[in-house]
Amino acid sequence: MLTAEERREIEIKLADYPNKQAMSIESMLIVQRHRGWVSDESLGDLSELLGLSVADLDGVATFYNLIRRRPVGRHVAMVCDSVSCWIMGGERIRDRLCSRLDTTLGETTADGRFTLLPIVCLGACDHAPAMMIDGKLYEDLDEQRLDEVVARYK
Amino acid sequence: MTVATIFIDNAPREVNPKQNLLHVCLSLGYDLPYFCWHPALGSVGACRQCAVKQFRNEQDATGKIVMACMTPAAEGTRISIADPEVVAFRAGVIQGLMQNHPHDCPVCDEGGECHLQDMTVMTGHRQRVYSFGKRTFRNQYLGPLVNHEMNRCIQCQRCVRFYREYAGGHDLNAFHLRDSIFYGRHEDGVLESEFSGNLVEICPTGVFTDATLKHHYSRKWDLQMAPSICVHCGLGCNITAGERYGTLRRVVNRYNHEVNGYFLCDRGRFGYEFVESSLRIRHPLVDGKPATRSEALERFGAVLRKGAVIGVGSPRASLESNFALRALAGPDHFFAGVPDEESRLISAMVRILRDGPARSPSLDEVEHSDAVFVLGEDLTNVAPIMALRLRQSVRQAPMRLAAGLHIPEWLDHAVRETVQDAKGPLFIASPYATKLDDIATATYHASPDDLARLGFAIAHAIDATAPEVIALSPELETMAAKIAAALRGAQHPLVVAGASCRNRGVIEAAGQIAWALCKVGSPASLSFTMPECNSFGLALMEAPPLSEALRTVRSEPVSTLIVLENDLFRRAPANEVTSLLRGVQHLIVLDHLGNPTTDAAELVLPAGTFAESDGTLVNNEGRAQRFFQVLNPSTDVQESWRWLHEVSVAAGSKSMERWEDLDDLTATIAKEIAAFGALPKVAPPRSAVGKIAREPSRYSGRTAMLANISVHEPRPPQDPDSSLAFSMESGPGPVPSSLIPFFWAPGWNSVQAVNKFQSEIGGALRGGDPGVRLIEPSRESVWQYFSAIPPAFKSRSGEWLLIPVFHIFGSEELSRHAQGISQLLPRPYLALNPAEASLVGAKAGGRIKILIEDSQFELEIMLRADLPRGVAGLPAGLPPFDGIQLPLFCKLASVGTEFSARGVL
Repeated sequence: MLTAEERREIEIKLADYPNKQAMSIESMLIVQRHRGWVSDESLGDLSELLGLSVADLDGVATFYNLIRRRPVGRHVAMVCDSVSCWIMGGERIRDRLCSRLDTTLGETTADGRFTLLPIVCLGACDHAPAMMIDGKLYEDLDEQRLDEVVARYK
Repeated sequence: MTVATIFIDNAPREVNPKQNLLHVCLSLGYDLPYFCWHPALGSVGACRQCAVKQFRNEQDATGKIVMACMTPAAEGTRISIADPEVVAFRAGVIQGLMQNHPHDCPVCDEGGECHLQDMTVMTGHRQRVYSFGKRTFRNQYLGPLVNHEMNRCIQCQRCVRFYREYAGGHDLNAFHLRDSIFYGRHEDGVLESEFSGNLVEICPTGVFTDATLKHHYSRKWDLQMAPSICVHCGLGCNITAGERYGTLRRVVNRYNHEVNGYFLCDRGRFGYEFVESSLRIRHPLVDGKPATRSEALERFGAVLRKGAVIGVGSPRASLESNFALRALAGPDHFFAGVPDEESRLISAMVRILRDGPARSPSLDEVEHSDAVFVLGEDLTNVAPIMALRLRQSVRQAPMRLAAGLHIPEWLDHAVRETVQDAKGPLFIASPYATKLDDIATATYHASPDDLARLGFAIAHAIDATAPEVIALSPELETMAAKIAAALRGAQHPLVVAGASCRNRGVIEAAGQIAWALCKVGSPASLSFTMPECNSFGLALMEAPPLSEALRTVRSEPVSTLIVLENDLFRRAPANEVTSLLRGVQHLIVLDHLGNPTTDAAELVLPAGTFAESDGTLVNNEGRAQRFFQVLNPSTDVQESWRWLHEVSVAAGSKSMERWEDLDDLTATIAKEIAAFGALPKVAPPRSAVGKIAREPSRYSGRTAMLANISVHEPRPPQDPDSSLAFSMESGPGPVPSSLIPFFWAPGWNSVQAVNKFQSEIGGALRGGDPGVRLIEPSRESVWQYFSAIPPAFKSRSGEWLLIPVFHIFGSEELSRHAQGISQLLPRPYLALNPAEASLVGAKAGGRIKILIEDSQFELEIMLRADLPRGVAGLPAGLPPFDGIQLPLFCKLASVGTEFSARGVL
């Protein structure tokens, strides 16, 4: 069941779009902001609300890597793996992050603290290597700075 | 048609400039490989397989690689198909597509008729160079009709383009992206579209395959095949049926540009399994016990000698079988075997088409209508392929937007981008919401009488000399004016109606609209659906209805009743049928599935289904189409007309001695009944064409398949009725379009070999599409407007008008017994508007008592807000209600209460 808050946010946003189909991405992002991910059940609820089939919505959801169809940890770290970060040592940063948290990209730590995801570009090539945690961008990473940043997220 | 000259490998060729290069190259017979393009779906340029090299002019030696499907065939275009660079390019594309394709052809159902196999061979790709793992998927359960094997997918998109954009389905989609793109449902489950079976043919490889075929699999090259006609509705879609080892294995689409084009509905594709149903009658039954052929014939002869005979024909039997019974019983003692009301309605439809100025369109013409009004029909469930055609018709008017921007019709996604959600006018007035409502400009749900009134009001709004509808509500007045304006403004307006409402006013109103349009100078078409595969043909015989049979039995000394392929208990209430059966001493039934009528018979003769028979059916357009025997049964099964001929000759009848085979018979019919004068022209006579093999040239095991009986290969069975042979051997010469047993051409093993049989891709078959129209509109203006307009429907207190609700799976008699379809039948229910349900204290999912005439039933409730007030719906054709002749008024009561004399209120 969608919460009253989710429903209200979707209905407000609906006014910005010419039709309900155009609202599919936004509605799933609203659910994701509240729950961290979009479950099958949420897709069913959105399908009813928007009058689109679940297949319509899931086709969109699975196309975009920022719409998550699996549960995530308390924090989501997105590590850039595009070319500038790779030149500037992005792989080292990634490996360090994985070993510190004892997990791999695409997985969630056993304690549910972090989910690590690769991302193609964060638009921060001039400050590579970069990563983003819960929407906040961290640039010019090295091992020490990475450790400091990660420690901030409990 | 204007013609452009283009140069293909320096040879000048004349082509249709409105088309793309792929279309014209294929039309000219070139082997140019493709995947994502389909003549019915247009071009999207996704797969890059049809690359050709285009040159600016004669001097240009470099050229550039273009996609043939995305390039117009404009005057002066110079291209090369054979250029080494494009040849290598095309092989490279296949190499990429094959990278993830499993090496499972030997165990894949598509093997041997796979477009991907054909295209791979065509490009010459042989050696895999990619040495990494292939991507794999979990397959889904998509229901009992279609099988899913995603690993074989080459991402051409044709499945979702057909399912969603063409057929309007919502539950199949493309998921994820890049290397892991997945086509399926969001979760396992039965595909919801009535046209899902077309995925089997639309998919260029084995992702979607026929799940019913899996139960009795055979390769295409091992099937003995023949051209046939679908018997599961009145549209007469052309099918190819295939047999192996004496059993019917599958049905695929047989292209007929005018009728079904490239597609079949799921009832038509999967209904064939009734032929092998456990109810099948394969040997004569005398007094309920199996008997030999000679015992049966002896009994038949003995019964015939005892006294007068009457015959009851059938709208699901061929013209030939109906005629043979008519000849045996005599024209005065032959009855149509349909309920009186239905008989009256169908005669009214035939009369309207014959006496009035409006023409019945082919299904291709239906698709090209630019304004449509559907009156009283649930097309998706009654005449599914017409619904699919209408789904395309709403694209006709908006297509002008694209034409204005010089976007050719075939450039599919550019056209769809331009058109967006714009749809041409389609209005639907029906007793309940239908699946086509989603594309309708406006809908109106009302009782049959009110639907008729809207129809008459539209006719009056088109032509003021058509009678006015008295006391019409202002809303209906407005709606009628709107629909009238849309129809009048169209270049090809179409009115669709039929007998589904069982209401004469609805049919006459539809005729009135079409006639009014004709009168004001519009070339209106009028299409009536028909309840069964030969309803139209039987109506042309002008035999009296079933009640006349009962009257004859009561007034004359009749000793024997012969029933042809007809379960009378579906045609009339059980008490009436029983009194008819009691009125005669002997009941003889010819049929192929056991039913209550065969149960009551003294003698049952095993009739051939469409698969074991030759015959002619007349579809809703009035087009007579021939179907041919696919297999030669090893049992006593044969055509009903042949049984009737045999017994008549044995009993000393002189009149039937004259014909021995199908060609004699059709000639006799043509001579005796003027309406069937063109019957011999429906397909060429046996003498006119050389032998045509039903078996492909790769048919395997011919010399071994009967070796368990004898190691000497028997002589193949002879077919006295057609040029088609139960053999691999064909004579020389081209095959006439009505006799094409299967589509195959060298290098083209898949169903897409049809390209090689068309005069132009997507156009008529070479030599013209099969079928002959038996009626044309009258040229004389002797017709007059109907003046009997029904009064508005008034709901009755304590009584509900019970109307039929149609189901693609369940309402039709034969397909219900198909193994796959039988898993998809609805359970009997009573549909009620929630407001009506609350009156009788019924809740969704609960049960209710219903009193129909003198019979009481208890049924599940289905709430349907779209049902009009005062009306209740009952699934059509579903036992135990199949004998009840709807519509009629019924009473309702909640479970646990009794019916009072005045109902419950």
